[in-house]
Amino acid sequence: MVLTIFLAFVAFIVGLSVYLGRQTKTSSGYYAAGGQIHWVVNGIAFAGDYLSAASFLGICGMIATQGYDGFLYSIGYLAGWVVALFVIAEPLRRMGRYTFADAIDAPFRSSGIQLAAAISTLVVSLCYLIPQMVGAGVLVEPLLGLPHHWGVIMVGGIVMIIVATAGMASTTYVQFLKGGLLIVFSLVLVIAVCWRGLSTAPDQGGTVPFYRHRAMAARANGEKIVVTEETGWQHVETKVTPTGDRFAALQRDGATTWWRIDTATDGALELRETECIVKPKSGTIRQINGRPESPDNTIRQVGAIASLRGEANASTGPISPVGLIAAIGDPGTKITRWRESKFNSSSDDAVTVYHPSESDGARLLRPGMRFKVQGTWLERMDFVSLMLALFLGTAALPHILIRYYTVPGASEARKSTIVAIGAIGTFYVLTLFMGLGAMTSGVLNPADSNMAAPLLARSFGNLLFAVISAIAFATVLGTVSGLVVAASGAVAHDLADRYLNLGLSDSTKILLGKTAALGVGAIGIALGIMFKGMNVTFLVGLAFAVAASANLPAIIMILFWPRVTATGVIASIIIGMVSSLGLIALSPDMWGMYGLLPSAAPVPFSNPGIVSIPLSFITLVVVSLLSKSQKLLTD
Amino acid sequence: MLHEPANNSGQIDPAAPYKSRLGLALFGLYATFYAAFVAINLLAPGLMELPLFWGINFAVVYGFVLIIAALILAVIYDALCRAQEAKTPSTSAKDTQAWS
Repeated sequence: MVLTIFLAFVAFIVGLSVYLGRQTKTSSGYYAAGGQIHWVVNGIAFAGDYLSAASFLGICGMIATQGYDGFLYSIGYLAGWVVALFVIAEPLRRMGRYTFADAIDAPFRSSGIQLAAAISTLVVSLCYLIPQMVGAGVLVEPLLGLPHHWGVIMVGGIVMIIVATAGMASTTYVQFLKGGLLIVFSLVLVIAVCWRGLSTAPDQGGTVPFYRHRAMAARANGEKIVVTEETGWQHVETKVTPTGDRFAALQRDGATTWWRIDTATDGALELRETECIVKPKSGTIRQINGRPESPDNTIRQVGAIASLRGEANASTGPISPVGLIAAIGDPGTKITRWRESKFNSSSDDAVTVYHPSESDGARLLRPGMRFKVQGTWLERMDFVSLMLALFLGTAALPHILIRYYTVPGASEARKSTIVAIGAIGTFYVLTLFMGLGAMTSGVLNPADSNMAAPLLARSFGNLLFAVISAIAFATVLGTVSGLVVAASGAVAHDLADRYLNLGLSDSTKILLGKTAALGVGAIGIALGIMFKGMNVTFLVGLAFAVAASANLPAIIMILFWPRVTATGVIASIIIGMVSSLGLIALSPDMWGMYGLLPSAAPVPFSNPGIVSIPLSFITLVVVSLLSKSQKLLTD
Repeated sequence: MLHEPANNSGQIDPAAPYKSRLGLALFGLYATFYAAFVAINLLAPGLMELPLFWGINFAVVYGFVLIIAALILAVIYDALCRAQEAKTPSTSAKDTQAWS
């Protein structure tokens, strides 16, 4: 049934594209849907475009694993629309033609701006494309039982068909459909979560028995660890991670499992059971919790309430949304969260351990789990940097900006933005409940936070899982389609037609756009496979930082500062883009991805916006003033 | 065709300066509210844990209010823009290049 619903949904979307493709005859139709989309449809399509894999998969996953810090993304993403509505929407619509590059080049007619803006559009679209593709791979694994890379290839292939057949018109209606469905079914999911209520032994509605991970008493005997609570355990080795966590490998009945070593105040030891994956150096089959990986032996689903309002065994029954937040935030509520540690065993096998720890519910409902708001000033700057990039990034995303050209005029652009704010705001309020539901329902895959929302849906039955997964897949399709249209516009319209001035005919321009869509789709597929495993909302946050650094200063200053020059705009785009990408490449998160120690990264924060956005603004002002003086002297 | 707007209404909007000023004022208001949220988290993060009502803490209430406030301000902005557009209707123009 899951497969049938999923395939029917995808077939409908592709069919719609082919139908609309027959009506697309001009480049205006291809890039801007002829500028004839109704503002209500455009507003919901904005939501469909914007509520990407990052919003649905990533934010829910981050709230489920890191609490309120994930909700910060919801707040920041929505706040960004205020900038788009109050500052950008109407003026940009009046300036523009088809693309972001058209708009900022309108006052100058500068080939340098055309080139810089086209490159920036391509870079931002590709940065944004990566998490969508990662999200696609994540979805397909449990849904169709296919490996991650097949999910990525599938999305890439379908999007290429959608975009290559009809461009912006089909993209708009796919986004409209998916945006509406996403909000409706997210609401259904939240109602289901509240109806089931909270429990310290969540059993997914009676379908999956809750597994309580064990804790055993032990003592140290020299280098050896002796389990005192049970017999038959043999200590194999002990490992200490760079973060100070200690793990012991214990063997019983021929299976070796890893346990975290906690030291009690009296010097006695407590061993906490983990979920562990061991990849043998010899390259043979992976071991999951000491046994070979198989369909019957996978990582267990986790995430539960350790104590609810001070009680270790309790449940609430149906609960209101307000009651749900209050119960989790109660001073007596503790939540079991799971962290990842990686190290090599003494025989050089790669070991990944997911281990539990209890956090106060009240602590999870305010910022600080991921972003160190009480850390050093540098650590706090990471939080400020994120909030700045989210606030300023939305209004600078090329695939969002091009949607202002699909409506008949400036006032329609404004009205569709307001519809978008209503729809997107509703969804973001729901993310908190979906995330908290996933956190406490025993549905999380500790190896991949991105699947929190679909796995939460699965705990309510296969029908909801199939529908939610199909919508999530369409979410990826809709956003990737918009990104590919924006990127293909940058290549065919901005670079080939405007910058290189090739004098293309309308039909050649459409053909070039479609060819570019294929190329961008192929690059997206490759990057999606490369970045497997990273939280998608974190990756989108970085794309926002690049957009806010490269594009926003140029847009704002062109609109509001009469002394801006073409040279200043070009310098600002280049400096903003290069500095943000450079800071990301040298950040702790990327250091971790390279397999290095994150604390050794040359840049101490992961979000570059706090440096790169002001730098881009300053560059624009200084270069504009200098080039203006130069021009006056020359004159 | 290639260098024309996707769909040009052919109108000059005399309400544009008013809408621009209004937009900036509302942006300033919201940005201040947003900046206060960031500042409280940095300077007094413990405050965010305080229960306000029905057991819901300050952080959750502030987050929801930030989301709802965006919609309320957007509706106010639209209403004021419509009123101004009704007072000063758009006029046709041959030169439709109207960025301001």
